[in-house]
Amino acid sequence: MALLQISEPGQSRNPHQRRIAIGIDLGTTNSLVASMKNALPEVLLSEGGQAFLPSVVRYLPSGKTLAGYEALAQAVIDPKNTIISVKRFMGRSLADIGNQKSLPYDFIDTPGMLQLQTVAGIKSPVEVSAEILARLRQLAEDTFNDDIEGAVITVPAYFDDAQRQATKDAAELAGIQVLRLLNEPTAAALAYGLDHAAEGIYAIYDLGGGTFDVSILRLSKGVFEVLSTGGNSALGGDDFDHALLQMVLQESNLMQLTAEDQRALIFKCRHAKENLSIHPGILLEHTLSNKSAIQISISQETFFQLTQDLVQKTIQAVKKALRDAKVSLDDIKGVVMVGGATRMPHVQHAVETLFGRAPLNDLNPDEVVALGAARQADLLVGNKNKNDEWLLLDVIPLSLGVEMMGGLVEKIIPRNTPIPVALAQDFTTFKDGQTAMAVHVLQGERELAEDCRSLARFELRDIPPMVAGAARIRVTYQVDADGLLSVSAAEEKSGVSASIHVKPSYGLADGDIARMLTEGFASAAEDMQLRALREEQVEAQRLMDAVDSALQIDKHLLNDAELTLIEKALGALRQLKDQENIDLLRAGIEALSQATEEFAAKRMNANIRRALTGKNLSEI
Amino acid sequence: MVAANLSESSSFTDYFDFFNLPRQFQIDRSVLDRAYLTIQQEVHPDKFVNQDDQQKRRSLQMTTYANTAYQTLKQPVPRGFYLCQLAGLDPQLETNTTMPKEFLIQQMEWREELDDAKSDLSKLEALQQEVQVIQKEWQLQIEKAFDEALAPEKALEKLRCALFLERFLEELDHRLSALI
Repeated sequence: MALLQISEPGQSRNPHQRRIAIGIDLGTTNSLVASMKNALPEVLLSEGGQAFLPSVVRYLPSGKTLAGYEALAQAVIDPKNTIISVKRFMGRSLADIGNQKSLPYDFIDTPGMLQLQTVAGIKSPVEVSAEILARLRQLAEDTFNDDIEGAVITVPAYFDDAQRQATKDAAELAGIQVLRLLNEPTAAALAYGLDHAAEGIYAIYDLGGGTFDVSILRLSKGVFEVLSTGGNSALGGDDFDHALLQMVLQESNLMQLTAEDQRALIFKCRHAKENLSIHPGILLEHTLSNKSAIQISISQETFFQLTQDLVQKTIQAVKKALRDAKVSLDDIKGVVMVGGATRMPHVQHAVETLFGRAPLNDLNPDEVVALGAARQADLLVGNKNKNDEWLLLDVIPLSLGVEMMGGLVEKIIPRNTPIPVALAQDFTTFKDGQTAMAVHVLQGERELAEDCRSLARFELRDIPPMVAGAARIRVTYQVDADGLLSVSAAEEKSGVSASIHVKPSYGLADGDIARMLTEGFASAAEDMQLRALREEQVEAQRLMDAVDSALQIDKHLLNDAELTLIEKALGALRQLKDQENIDLLRAGIEALSQATEEFAAKRMNANIRRALTGKNLSEI
Repeated sequence: MVAANLSESSSFTDYFDFFNLPRQFQIDRSVLDRAYLTIQQEVHPDKFVNQDDQQKRRSLQMTTYANTAYQTLKQPVPRGFYLCQLAGLDPQLETNTTMPKEFLIQQMEWREELDDAKSDLSKLEALQQEVQVIQKEWQLQIEKAFDEALAPEKALEKLRCALFLERFLEELDHRLSALI
């Protein structure tokens, strides 16, 4: 679905013109946008010269929004309507949020994903994130004074399907064409690997504001292959701030805080944490709204002790990832540190102790993810030559399964399986005459369904009545290159089938996005229709160009009858392209698509043969 | 867990043909790895971001096929069962549980050892090593049955045992990873 495109569709581009693509690191604390400039990735700076956009959004009674530094400056005076660290709410239900009590928001416990009551109405985390993304898009458009072809958006590797889908929805809502969702540690590995011409097995240790990821990759001759990934999508720098806050509250015997004091103190604690990375001790001072003053001195040692268990959790995850990758510590050539929270000395120390070597800190840990994303975006829109291309092979972070009788989970796709992937499992009915079957889609490593994340439920109906155990129901899970899942189920004897994109239950339904679009980014219905037509015209042009060039190269794969059929469909679509009838145009695209389906398959197979044997198909 | 169907016609007869490898149990892992990467360079969705929907769909299918084929061939037990399937043999995993008596006795002994070891890391690791050595022996026997005796039905009997070992090792690994 592409409801809004940034570039004006329908305009053909000069083929030699560089396409502008951006990489976006949508972070818990700060967000960045980067792009290629003179063959090197660069973080784009705002008018004020800032590289970061704080991931903060303030809603005003008028419905207007502030974002970034502007919103951050008012975070303490209006905590309820100024949302910070929204990434921690993406794809999460209220029950998933650990430290609810110390958060100032009015949460709404909606099924699937929580929502926030603000002065400008109810907002979903997806909408809040879209506000941030829209600013970044604007910054990129202003920088280049041009439209953006598309963006690679990074997500924590350990994000589950619901969190990924929510991120993609937010980007679409912000009018961004998503080229790919890219795992943050993979983006970092790409930036590091290309900068240093690195070869061998590397570990990426990525401790961000709200999430922790570890990925083990093999880098070799332009291939970045993820061997395993692990982490915790609810563990980051924020948790170190909260640990400090809890200590401050205890030491000063504070029970009830106003939302404003709470917010002010959490910022003070964040600041204290940053200072404690450089100084042996600090003095935390704050005057509460009731005029009473807090003054606590905190030593580096106290801070380290207080948060050592958080660091230990990350080390456990690293060990598990190494096991999953089936590599030993000796195999690791280097450990790349990513994320602002890795500046903490006890984090550095723990990583060094585990690996027995100093971690690599030579890239800016705040920027490396965005820089890698910019490189990948540039590659994906086709700005590279064939000889300086690379290939990213990523995996799924968490196992995908289905609920069985008795609430147990049967895994269909195990964690760390390379994507894209499709795997299936056969089931049968357990009662005579059973005509329906419920499919409950789950993600996670635990054995009980109730301990895993529920991604979707759907039903396969109208199974013809048979004796128990006679039906053969095949449930197929397909994960695409963005790591997003779709599920289908079919009874093999009768052909009854049902399928879903795992979107509606945990992401947003298409209807929701359409509603948000019309509410927030007002666009008339007429506009939408025109846009749809232009998009189909672009698709038609793209298909015709592809068929034309395919015929030029591989015409010999076709017999006369096949060739005639394709040329006929091609001619027909050419006629339709400039007319304004969208239904006819769609039909024309479909017809040419069908006519060339076999040809496309033959070509791809021939390319595989050619690549493996160095021969043309006709020679085999 | 089974491979999902590749709905459209593929001109490749099987996974071995797909990677341009001889259809046998013994494989050269480095040749397989290289072939896998070469194919990925051709079919991966990242190469088709700017293409029309049909090519994107085809790319997704072929990459999925490549991943499934690679995962099947790179591991000995799935590779063995796949060869049996190609030979038209039904693995009968649910129905046929006949195994050599001495194998079953050994299994029971290991199971007892596993229970006794509880959370003793060094005992668990020693057991793991012991089972891994035996696993290698079974693999060698399977290879002989397939590639020398050309007797897939004989290999199938041994594969059932190897699968048993693999599941036992998985359980062991699960216990071990809970300890670190």
